[in-house]
Amino acid sequence: MAEMQIKPITMNFGPQHPAAHGVLRLVLEMDGEVIERADPHIGLLHRGTEKLIEHKTYLQALPYFDRLDYVSPMNQEHAWALAVEKALGIEVPRRAQYIRVLYCEIGRILNHVLNLTTFAIDVGAMTPLLWGFEEREELMGFYERACGARLHAAYFRPGGVHQDLPQGLLDDIADWAKRFPGFITDLETLLTDNRIFKQRTVDIGVISEQEALDLGMSGPCLRGSGVAWDLRKTQPYDAYAEMDFDIPIGKTGDCYARYLVRVEEMRQSLRIIEQCIANMPDGPVLAQDNKATPPRRTDMKNSMEALIHHFKLYTEGFHVPEGESYTAVEAPKGEFGVYLVADGSNKPYRCKIRAPGFYFMAAVDHLSRGHMLADSVAIIGSLDIVFGEIDR
Amino acid sequence: MGETDQNGTVVAEAEMPSATAEMLSHVKRLLGGGVSVAYTSDTEIVLRAELSEIVTLLGTLRDDAVAAFAQLTDLTAVDYPDRPCRFEMVYQMLSLKNNLRLRVLVPVGEGQSVPSVVGLFSNANWAEREVWDMFGIFFAGHPDLRRLLTDYGFEGHPLRKDFPLTGHVEVRYDDTLRRVVNEPVSLVQEFRDFDFLSPWEGMQGQIAAGNAGKQGKGE
Repeated sequence: MAEMQIKPITMNFGPQHPAAHGVLRLVLEMDGEVIERADPHIGLLHRGTEKLIEHKTYLQALPYFDRLDYVSPMNQEHAWALAVEKALGIEVPRRAQYIRVLYCEIGRILNHVLNLTTFAIDVGAMTPLLWGFEEREELMGFYERACGARLHAAYFRPGGVHQDLPQGLLDDIADWAKRFPGFITDLETLLTDNRIFKQRTVDIGVISEQEALDLGMSGPCLRGSGVAWDLRKTQPYDAYAEMDFDIPIGKTGDCYARYLVRVEEMRQSLRIIEQCIANMPDGPVLAQDNKATPPRRTDMKNSMEALIHHFKLYTEGFHVPEGESYTAVEAPKGEFGVYLVADGSNKPYRCKIRAPGFYFMAAVDHLSRGHMLADSVAIIGSLDIVFGEIDR
Repeated sequence: MGETDQNGTVVAEAEMPSATAEMLSHVKRLLGGGVSVAYTSDTEIVLRAELSEIVTLLGTLRDDAVAAFAQLTDLTAVDYPDRPCRFEMVYQMLSLKNNLRLRVLVPVGEGQSVPSVVGLFSNANWAEREVWDMFGIFFAGHPDLRRLLTDYGFEGHPLRKDFPLTGHVEVRYDDTLRRVVNEPVSLVQEFRDFDFLSPWEGMQGQIAAGNAGKQGKGE
């Protein structure tokens, strides 16, 4: 029989596919069931955030950061707040630093719960999602009680946080933190030794240490490949230098290693949350210099100057001295950076957002070559992709 | 205090900038005369370089055993319409070994093409596609220079300063044609871009909270 040449089939994955974690159009060239080339078409959620920020004052630009990676909004705000503080040279009060670290870690758990459970549903396990969303609900309740919004918080401001925590909230978070390890154990019983889960993830989408650096990986995807690198440890910001926690790293660099790293990171986040609650200092939550932060409400009743400041701050905004800087935080997904160019006016001249997921998505082609179609779903799930930050 | 100065704490503090300074002199030796140092801080080195040298420069920084800037964190551009060289490419490098960041700023004129660094760092692929999409800077030697974030068939480069915030076209679903159509933007209300910059001094002076009332008396 003469040999037959089979033409590779081109297949569309998405743009509306439940396993694409958003609006991803993946054009796959298939040889039978094996992927020969994956070409992600992104940008379906492009909102021009960077362009919009150039037309807003520094304070007005902040809420856009909630809308990037909408799974862990406050971590993004943190990068912006730090970038502006660096440019202005503002000192953040200790209590505000602790509140920020506390909420960043809550954000990290929010993110990992969503990622791990949706990853599980991608490879066939439904129960973790149902359990995990119950926990997320509770955590978003904590967000709401601190800032009034469940998702789009706008809570971290240059100079601190918008308002102090309400009474009793820290106790409730402490109660929750006592219960949460039970959930992690339950999650692990369902997945870690699960035969089906391991068959779908072990040795799938392996990233070597060298590749991880070359592909611009960061966060759990870098640590899953055995690189001990976490900006919270190496370049600590706010109160992270005072926290005692460990950085888990994976050995194999496959989807399973990234899963294990995230599970352990949740435990470490709990440790940080407990330390924040135990050592929460008293004092102001917003820098008091009125250069970039609004005056207190009581001052505005008595002082004309304070009233003028309030008005000027919310119309003209504050001026940021000329210069450029790059500020990065360890967001749950990886290194989230803000490259800020200021021209001395009240609006940023240019703000480049370095989203970790952007480079994860770029790596999908490299990672899924030679894998089966179903594995591409596992790879996308394990990379932790959210389109809000990739498309910006 | 005097003793601790010599033994412990202050020495450790002084080590940070000196490590950066050491790295800076090493980088200078490595790269020769082609670069100039814009500025340095404790955790960052910022260099200015020429366009033609960018590939060798980044390659040297990556492969050198001491510097070991193994990761290209990010790559972007900034548009300065008033400068003779309109654009500025920005390469963010990270050395995990030295826990140090390095930034290379490269001026690029309009119409000039930038040598692609995809051969050195795979993640430059999408980053350069984004810069091409957003700024219209062409990358010579890029394997697959297509638009990345904007719509299929989009025209213009949105992050250029002369591109209006509202864009030029808007899309809607046309019921009679039964497809999505592009139309010129028509705003019901004029685009509002308020200029809040006052001719007087803005919120620049540092005013202590307690002095808020006293400040005004002199005026």
